[in-house]
Amino acid sequence: MTWVLNNLDLIGRLTVEHLRQSAIPIMLGLALSIPAGWFAFRFRLTRGLLLTFVGLLYTIPSLALFALLPPLLGISFLSEVNLVVALTIYAVAIMTRFVADALASVEPSVRQAAVAVGYGAWQRFWRVDLPLAGPVVLAGLRVTAVSTISLATVGILIGIDNLGYLFTNGYQRQIVPEILAGVVAVVVIALIVDGLLVLAGRALMPWTRKGS
Amino acid sequence: MIEFRSVTKTYPDGTHAVADFDLVVPPHRTTVFVGSSGCGKTTLLRMINRMVEPTSGTIEIDGESILDRDAVRLRRSIGYVLQNGGLLPHHRVIDNVATVLRLDGVPKREARDRAMEVLDVVGLDRALAERYPSQLSGGQQQRVGVARALAADPNILLMDEPFGAVDPIVRAELQTETLRLQQELHKTVVFVTHDIDEAFLLGDQVVILEKCAQVAQVGSPSEIIENPASDFVASFIGTERGARALRTKQTDRGTVLVDTAGRTQGVLVEGAP
Repeated sequence: MTWVLNNLDLIGRLTVEHLRQSAIPIMLGLALSIPAGWFAFRFRLTRGLLLTFVGLLYTIPSLALFALLPPLLGISFLSEVNLVVALTIYAVAIMTRFVADALASVEPSVRQAAVAVGYGAWQRFWRVDLPLAGPVVLAGLRVTAVSTISLATVGILIGIDNLGYLFTNGYQRQIVPEILAGVVAVVVIALIVDGLLVLAGRALMPWTRKGS
Repeated sequence: MIEFRSVTKTYPDGTHAVADFDLVVPPHRTTVFVGSSGCGKTTLLRMINRMVEPTSGTIEIDGESILDRDAVRLRRSIGYVLQNGGLLPHHRVIDNVATVLRLDGVPKREARDRAMEVLDVVGLDRALAERYPSQLSGGQQQRVGVARALAADPNILLMDEPFGAVDPIVRAELQTETLRLQQELHKTVVFVTHDIDEAFLLGDQVVILEKCAQVAQVGSPSEIIENPASDFVASFIGTERGARALRTKQTDRGTVLVDTAGRTQGVLVEGAP
């Protein structure tokens, strides 16, 4: 406990860094998985192939990805971009199937009704299909958020400071409270982010609340 | 006026939904397509707003082929009422009603004001305006569906088995309401149903369809009941049974009408109506 109290500054700074490094891949993952998920939903023939391919991305070990990305992107091995891109790839791997399933969960009769009253294809996607797919997309986003926040700690292995620092530093210096503090901090921010997503979902999708 | 000319619809798998269909739908009247399921009546309806494109033939509205019009704009100019209301579950009642106005670029406040007026027209309490569709009864949802179709004041109203999913009491209420609205608004209504009683109640012109949208008979309800064109029509409308096959029976107080089951259905009244 003493270690924690003496190092609140360090934990706070690392937490902010950690949140920033996780937030970008979560948002990018959502943004990229919407067109990818739509493509898988819309073109049934490519659905299986695309979703299998995207799912396989998740099986690439993170350390291998950190080694592969720099030459491909022309960035430094130790760059934060390396971590952000890797986490985005994992986010897309999780989210794409959720988005495809979410779009498939929209009642065909509602989609038909939207066409019948005169929504154009583009308007229908943004104003009918995507909002109604919202609850399933949100479920995917919650999994992605928690997984990304937990996964981001590996960034320390390529020298990027975040809560992962408490693991490596605590291990090297044999300070058990430091390691535990890292674990607790990751779990707490994952739970807070998850809670915020649930609240945002309620605010943005008021029709999903039960009762009147 | 809507005119079908040699309209055919064949699906890619070779099934014929509609074969060589001709019909004139007169303006400001209600035309009802009636037939068993799979007779192509809904396909015919959906061709009018280009939700289904004919394989061959033309459909004209007021002398202009609908193929010359942009499909999305055409749909906004035609009211459409679906089974179960077809409301957007994520929009409040008022926004559902204002849908077409908003799509046409009417400012939000103006569209909502207009939508409020239409709620009055269809007999819905304005207090329901801020609810979501799932918070309404089936009958209320259906009225919202009608309100949405009327909001942009279209000349043509398409109704696709609108009352098929509500209970008989609510259905009767909605039918009466439809008759009242039509007396006030004089829209060109095309109505699809499989219920012959509903067709005779609402239709000025009734079109009885057999397989592949083959016209078995077109006429007013009276013309069809008085002179069925074929055995198919006679059996479909049930002139040999139920409340449409009546015999007279003398009683002490005058002549009554009795159905095939022997139940008295009414009293014979002399003189012109």
